[in-house]
Amino acid sequence: MTDILKPEVDRRTLLRRAAAVGLLATPAVSMLSACLGGGSSDDDTADKPAGEVSATNPLGIKEDAPLEIVIFNGGLGTKYATDVDIPSYNKLFPNSKVTFNQTEEISTVVQPRFTAGDPPDMINNSGSKLMDQGALVSAGQVQDLTELFAAPSVDIAGKTVKDTLIPGTVEQGTFNGKPYVLNYAFTVFGLWYSGKLFKDNGWTVPTTWADFTALLDKMKAKGITPYGYAGANAPYYQYTAILTSAAKIGGADVLKNIDNLEPGAWTSDAVKQAAAAWAEVGAKYSNKAFLGLKHTEVQLQQNQYKVGLYPSGSWLENEQAKDTPAGFDYQLMPIPSVTTADKLPVTALYAAAGEQYFVASKGKNPRGGMEFLRHMLSKAGAVGFTQLTKTLTVVAGATDGMEISAGLTSGNKALGAAGADTFSFRFDTWYKKLDDEVRAATNELMYQGGTADKFCERIQKVADAVKADSSIEKFSR
Amino acid sequence: MKHGRYPFIIGFLIVPVAIYATFVVYPYIQAFNLSFTNWRGFSPDFEYIGFDNFTKLFQDSTFWKAIQHHIVLLIAMPLLTIAIALFFAFLLNVGGGSKGGLMRGVRGSWFYRVIFFFPQLLALALVAVIFNRVYSPDESGLINGLLHQVGVDQPVLFLADKNLALWSIIAVLVWQGVGFYVVLFSAGMGSIPTEIYEAAALDGATRGTLFFKVTLPLLWSTLQVAWVYLGIAAFDAFALVNVMSVDRGGPDGATTVLGLEIFRNMQDYGQYGYASAMGVVLFFLTLTFAALTLRVTRRDTVEL
Repeated sequence: MTDILKPEVDRRTLLRRAAAVGLLATPAVSMLSACLGGGSSDDDTADKPAGEVSATNPLGIKEDAPLEIVIFNGGLGTKYATDVDIPSYNKLFPNSKVTFNQTEEISTVVQPRFTAGDPPDMINNSGSKLMDQGALVSAGQVQDLTELFAAPSVDIAGKTVKDTLIPGTVEQGTFNGKPYVLNYAFTVFGLWYSGKLFKDNGWTVPTTWADFTALLDKMKAKGITPYGYAGANAPYYQYTAILTSAAKIGGADVLKNIDNLEPGAWTSDAVKQAAAAWAEVGAKYSNKAFLGLKHTEVQLQQNQYKVGLYPSGSWLENEQAKDTPAGFDYQLMPIPSVTTADKLPVTALYAAAGEQYFVASKGKNPRGGMEFLRHMLSKAGAVGFTQLTKTLTVVAGATDGMEISAGLTSGNKALGAAGADTFSFRFDTWYKKLDDEVRAATNELMYQGGTADKFCERIQKVADAVKADSSIEKFSR
Repeated sequence: MKHGRYPFIIGFLIVPVAIYATFVVYPYIQAFNLSFTNWRGFSPDFEYIGFDNFTKLFQDSTFWKAIQHHIVLLIAMPLLTIAIALFFAFLLNVGGGSKGGLMRGVRGSWFYRVIFFFPQLLALALVAVIFNRVYSPDESGLINGLLHQVGVDQPVLFLADKNLALWSIIAVLVWQGVGFYVVLFSAGMGSIPTEIYEAAALDGATRGTLFFKVTLPLLWSTLQVAWVYLGIAAFDAFALVNVMSVDRGGPDGATTVLGLEIFRNMQDYGQYGYASAMGVVLFFLTLTFAALTLRVTRRDTVEL
C-alpha cells in the first residue's frame, strides 16, 4: 500500500491503475458479452417424430434418447418433478435417461446455453431471474406445443391433453396465435385473511366497498393494521388487486385493452375509479412503513395477527407453511365491489394459469421434452403436484373431493362461485418495462401520497412509449 | 545479464497478460461491438443498428436520473469518506501528541485500527443485508428499534423515503470504505518524517496547525489516489442498490444507478445491445473522471 507514495509512481502509473479499477467497476458489461459467440445449430429434424408413433408414444419420441430438464427451485420446490413426473415418464420410457437439474437462477444457468445452441430440453422458466419468454419465442428457441395439446392424455381415457385442461390454459401460453408455453400451476388471486381472526371477532366477509371499509375500521380499532402489501419487492400483488377492481368495474375487456396497449387503456374510468378506491385504503388503512418491507416480512406479520388482509395468490399458504401458527386457517375473499354498478359480480376473480414450462425447439430431444409435459399433465402428475405444493394445476378437477388444506379448499370454492367470471392480464410478462413502471406507480399511489389521475397518466405514458418502441416485440390477445 | 532480460520479463508477464486480455480486454471489445447491435441475448443472431442505442439512451429519463445519482455519489461519497478517514488517521497517528520526541496516536490506537478495517473484510452483499436490518422501517430495525425505545413513534423510513433513500445508501458506502482509507492515510502519515512534526511542535504549532500545515500537504498524493478510487467506486454502487433499495432502484427510481440499469436491461428486458451502450457510456464516464481528477488536482509534489 505504501508504494503508491513513492515518488517514482508518476501520474501515468496512477492513471493506468485508475483505469484498471474502472474496468473492474463495470463487471456487468464484461459478463454480458462473455456469453456471446456460440454457434447456432439448426436442427430441421426436430419437428418430425424420431421414434415410432404408438398409443403409448403418441408424440413419437426416440425411446432411448436421453432427456435433460431444468426445474426452478423456489416456492414449489422440485420434489414434484423428481418424485412424481420423472418416475411417470420413465415408466413408459425406461431406456430414456433423464438428467435432472435444478437452479434458483434460471437465466444464469440456462440462457448461456441457448446462445451457445445447446439448450436443455425442458425448462421451468420461473423465479425472479426468469428469462424473457417473449424474447425467447421471437428468437425461435421455443417449441410449438400444438401436437402436445392434441395428443391423448396419459391416464384420463378418451380425452386429448387439451380436453383435460381448465379453459383458457392453452391461450395463456399462446404467443401470436401459437401455443408455446405451458402454464401449469393454477393461481387464484384475492385478499387472504385468517379464518380464526374473523371468527374470534365475529367479522364477516364484505361484498360492497362500504362494508369493506367498515371492516377495515373495525380492524383498526382493534389495533391491527387492516391492510398491507410489501412495497420493497411485491407491489405486483397490489397492482393485481387494483386491476382486479378495474376489471370488476368495467368488465374483463379493461384488462384486454391494457394487454393490447390500446390508447387510453390505463386512463379509462374503470382503472381510475379502482385506483382512487385503493389509494384511500392505502392512505387510511395501511402502514407507510410497509413500503420498505419485503413480502415475507408482511406475510409474517399477518401470521402474527398484526395485519388483517393481504392481497396475494394461492401460493401464499404453501409459502408461509413454516410460519403459520396452528389454527390460523388461511381463507380467500374475492375483492369487494367498488361501485354498485360494477359490470362483473363480486364473486368474479383474477385467476390464471401461471408458472411457465417450455420445450427448447433447438435442443437435442424436443419431442422428449413435450412427452415430459404430457406426464406433468396426467391426472397422477397433477394430484402429486397439488399434494406436494398445495397449489392447483391446470388439469381440471384433478383433485376434486380431496381435502388437502384450508386455503386450497377456500380458493377452490371461490373459483367455483366465480364460474365463468374469471379474468387475468399478461402485460406483466409481455412487457417487463411496463410492469416495472406499474410497480413504481403503485407504490406511489398507495404509500407516497399519489393520486389516481397521476397513477393512470404516468403508466399510460410508459405504455405508449412501449408501443412506439420498435425494439420490443408486441403481442396481442 | 542483459542478454536474458527480455525472455525473463516476458516469461513473467505472459500469463497475467493473457488472462487480462481474455477476461477483461476481450469482453470490453465485445461490449463495444454489441452496443451497436440489437442483440437480445436469446439467439446468436443480431443486426448492426449504428448509433440507435445511443440516441435512445440520451432520451431515456431513467438514464439521466441514474447520472444525477452518480453526480451526488461522486461529490458526497469521496468527501465524507476522506474527511472521516483523515480525521481518524490523524487521531490514530499524531493525535496523541508527542512523547519522548515521537508522535503518537490516541490511546489504544492499534485496537481502533483493526476495528476500522473490519467492514472492509465483509462482502458487499453481506453489508447490504446487514444494513437492510439496521434500516428496517419497523421496530425490528436496529435504528428504529432504538428510536422506539426512546419514545419516537413515527419510524424513520430510511429506504422507503424518496429523499432519504440515496443518502442512506451513501452512508453505508462510507461506513464500508472508511476503514481502508484510514489504513491508507496512516501509511502515508507514517512516511512523513518525524523531524518535520518536531520542528513544527517546537515552533508552538497546535494539533490543528499540524494537521493543516504539515500532514495535509505531505499527504496530497495519497489523497489524490483516494479520490480517484472513491470516485470510480461512486460509478458503481450496484451491489448495494440492488440488494438494499426498495423495488430495485426505488422508491420510484430514487436510488437507481447505471450498473442497475445495465443489469435491468440485460436481465429483465433482454436488451443486451442497449445495455452494452450504457456500459460503454459508463466506461467513458469513469475514464474521463479519472483523467480529470488527476489533471485538476495536479500540484507540485513535495519532495521528502
